Amino acid sequence: MKRALWTLAVLLSHWRRHKMQFATLLIGLIAATALWSGVQAINQQARNAYDRAAATFGGVRTAMLVAPNAATFSQELFIKLRRAGWPVSPVLEGRVQVNGRSVRLLGIEPVTLPADVGNAPRLGASDLSSFVAPPGQTLVAQETLSDLQAQEGAAPAISSGAKLPPLRVLPQLVPDVLVVDIGVAQRLLNKPDQVSRLLIGKPKGTPAPLQGIVGDQLQRVEPDAETELERLTDSFHLNLTAFGLLSFFVGLFIVNSAVGLAFEQRLPMLRTLRACGASARLVNTVLVIELVVLALVAGLIGLVCGYFIAAALLPDVAASLRGLYGAQIPGQLTLRSEWWLAGIGISIAGALVAAATSLIKAIRMPVLATAQPRAWQQRHRRWLILQSLAACAVFAVALLLLHYGQSLIAGFGVLAALMFGAALILPAFLEIILLIGQRWAKGPLALWFWADSRQQLSGLSLALMALLLALAVNVGVSTMVETFSRTFIGWLNGRLAADVYISAADNAQGVAIRNWLRDRGDVQAVLSGGRAETQIEGQPVELLGLPDHALYRERWPLLETAPRAWTRLVPGNAAFISEQLSRHLHVRIGDVVEVPAPGGTWELDIVGIYADYGNPKGQLAVNVAALIRQFPQTPQTRIGLIVAKENIPGLIASLQKQFALDDRSIADQATVKAESIRIFNRTFAVTSALNAFTLGVAGIALLTSLLTLANSRLPQLAPLWAVGLTRPRLAAIELTKTLSVALFTSLLAVPLGLLVAWCLIAIVNVKAFGWRLPFHVFPLQLVELVAVALLASLIAALLPMVRLARMQPASLVKVFANER
Amino acid sequence: MLSIRNLSKTFSSAGEPVHVLRGVDLDLRAGERVALTGESGSGKSTLLHLIAGLDAADGGTIRLEDTEVTRLSDAGRASLRRDRIGLVFQQFNLIPSLSVMDNLAFQARIAGRHDAAWTRELVERLGLDGLLKRYPEQLSGGQQQRVAIGRALATKPSLLLADEPTGNLDEATADDVLALTRDLVARTGCGFLMVTHSLHLAVTLDRHVTLHAGRIA
Repeated sequence: MKRALWTLAVLLSHWRRHKMQFATLLIGLIAATALWSGVQAINQQARNAYDRAAATFGGVRTAMLVAPNAATFSQELFIKLRRAGWPVSPVLEGRVQVNGRSVRLLGIEPVTLPADVGNAPRLGASDLSSFVAPPGQTLVAQETLSDLQAQEGAAPAISSGAKLPPLRVLPQLVPDVLVVDIGVAQRLLNKPDQVSRLLIGKPKGTPAPLQGIVGDQLQRVEPDAETELERLTDSFHLNLTAFGLLSFFVGLFIVNSAVGLAFEQRLPMLRTLRACGASARLVNTVLVIELVVLALVAGLIGLVCGYFIAAALLPDVAASLRGLYGAQIPGQLTLRSEWWLAGIGISIAGALVAAATSLIKAIRMPVLATAQPRAWQQRHRRWLILQSLAACAVFAVALLLLHYGQSLIAGFGVLAALMFGAALILPAFLEIILLIGQRWAKGPLALWFWADSRQQLSGLSLALMALLLALAVNVGVSTMVETFSRTFIGWLNGRLAADVYISAADNAQGVAIRNWLRDRGDVQAVLSGGRAETQIEGQPVELLGLPDHALYRERWPLLETAPRAWTRLVPGNAAFISEQLSRHLHVRIGDVVEVPAPGGTWELDIVGIYADYGNPKGQLAVNVAALIRQFPQTPQTRIGLIVAKENIPGLIASLQKQFALDDRSIADQATVKAESIRIFNRTFAVTSALNAFTLGVAGIALLTSLLTLANSRLPQLAPLWAVGLTRPRLAAIELTKTLSVALFTSLLAVPLGLLVAWCLIAIVNVKAFGWRLPFHVFPLQLVELVAVALLASLIAALLPMVRLARMQPASLVKVFANER
Repeated sequence: MLSIRNLSKTFSSAGEPVHVLRGVDLDLRAGERVALTGESGSGKSTLLHLIAGLDAADGGTIRLEDTEVTRLSDAGRASLRRDRIGLVFQQFNLIPSLSVMDNLAFQARIAGRHDAAWTRELVERLGLDGLLKRYPEQLSGGQQQRVAIGRALATKPSLLLADEPTGNLDEATADDVLALTRDLVARTGCGFLMVTHSLHLAVTLDRHVTLHAGRIA
């Protein structure tokens, strides 16, 4: 033990004399762990929220009985089933407005609620009577209580004027939901004796067949391991994970570079240790222990940094998930112990992977091996050829995935293979450029410039690969976001046809508002819309009722249409379909879609396909009057107004005064547009932040490679100094060399990045969201990104160059005095 | 104390076998000081490496006291070097990141045989008093070699092996370093085998043997 400790002390003494190298190693590990763990923390937080949502009083994690048309049904069926021995429990669901905010109201029957349903255990025994007995309770999550600006114990009124039972916080409850006794819910939602679904508990024995009790009135829905929300958000989390993984690998490039150099510098030390009697096993074991200890320390620091990164990004992620998918993620970060353990594990595993080649070399090192300082830079030409062949194989995999892959994972696989292949082929690409430069060089200094750049290449290639990947991702994602941004704004202009939007509290208020508006001279048109929900092939689908108005005909963002599409919409047997739903259902113009409606199947001819960006649900747009005929319970609360611009503020003020509408219930087009663009920008704020982080880490990788190379460059530079080149001139030449290879790398990153953007737009987005954007290239943005990459390279190169320019002649003389 | 019989070693160079040692026989008594000379490539360093267990012989035996070195595993040879052999190289091979004091003591420490009084005596005899906190790069060649000798003797080994210990030193410094080594070897009573090109130094030891074409001439 003592022997191992002394050997460890000797190995650690190396870092004391090479502080910058030590810092490099730690920075690499910390950066890798922090970014990976930060992203994982965000993903974990979101998944916990989905689990909570899924487990809330019979979400998709519980088997249930529902009506085939997804409508409510009589609670008589519940009584029949209970009498027949079915362990069912009724739930009624609807939406209510509290303090101007729309929330989900869930009515449950706690006595029959199956014990394995989420949150049910908290309603046992003592809580039960206060929940059921008048005045009852409204269970609410802490976040929702804050959102409603209410206190625990208060009994706020809903828009109809009826009061909720007193509020009580139930910590594990999902946000945006109010839970009351089913009797209370039936009263508040004005659905006496109605039930939305019946949850099924564990049966004792075999109950009678369902068909025999309720006929075709109810159908069984089996529990789903993955919720709809999880499916929808998979791509978002996969995207985050891909970024985390990329940053992790870029961090490992730094570690690999630091460990490789440290190993070569410590070779004589290892040999001396062996010569003095430390066995190979002892030295190798201590080398591994040293690495694991360093990874442990760096991993812990990385985890703390990862926590702060996650906490900083979480509000934007939560906003993105709410905006894109309607998912409610708490803004407060809570982490499980698995996250900490996984973070430490990934740090240690990453360090071992990054150091694997050095450790294998150490294990195989014969005690009499001659020292080969800087041998790690001297990659053999054979390696370049092998690496290029491997790159070709990886590109072939990308092509195969592109051709045969159907899933989102395959889409990301194409992206990963493209980038990995490009990184592998980069050294060969640069070698060819530098070789051409060398062939064309005139004069001894120019010849040395190119030849020395080639020699330096092997030491820099890992950092340059990191730069290539980071820049390509930046180009790809920025191009995609810019394309999306422009398309989105154009689409928004088409979708937001009305000048003022009103959301009435209920149908009665809707009628009152319409009547009041009829007498107003400043309102040019009142456009009533509607929205209903149904299920097609097991997926939720929105039915959007459009008024027949010239404004919609002019602006609606149709991608494809049949002749006379708008005219055919009016009678009610035709529909436009959203792009994502048309892809999902494989429906084209001219096809017929069968929609389950309360009165039976509604057959709709598809006469148009329109863009519906940002909507997680599939959508069919139909004539609003036809929608109300087919779905009589459609709330008629959505009203759009055409108003002259100058009359908008006055009209809004009058409406607010007349009907007590708050800002959430009435808004002008500019406000809605601004809010939509704000949500859009927040959605991509996380991507931009991760982009910047990745480029930053690549910059650090370049800096650390240059710093670690700086000392070993002296034997190449000292002879030039000896023959008359000044130190500042040498520094300038070194800087030019670094910037040249960075520029060549950046130039390769641009087409690679555009390819990444094309993959994101044409493959990943289509598979993840169901829509495809037009592909645009923004040259100015590309120039900007290349300039940023060169600036990062310049900053990375400056410190070693300043050191060289100010180096004391004695340091250069040492090269000749000592064989180093 | 050291008995070498019919020792052979062959290397491969450009695909051709090079017979470096072709049946070497050599004996060394306890406390005896022997110089080993020979032209470049005669196998002097190889012989020293085989005795120290840094490399494995192809044939023959090496016996140090009661241990047959040629039969030991890698771990056994490491243990032998740690406990019973001191090694001094031409290139000093000090650990650049350790101070003079730590370099001096580290073999004794990993062997678990650190003797503070003996280390202090070594420091005094080797004239390293004012240099203990310095690092190898801050020392002259002669000073570095004195540290290397101190490190090799800190464990009080049975045998001190030195491979061209004065090869990097000027003549006067070389004389000083060898004189110090002889004194310390006498003080510890260990055997001393030194590879050298210098006949001038070789004759100052008890015995002088020459290696020629892979055999003791």
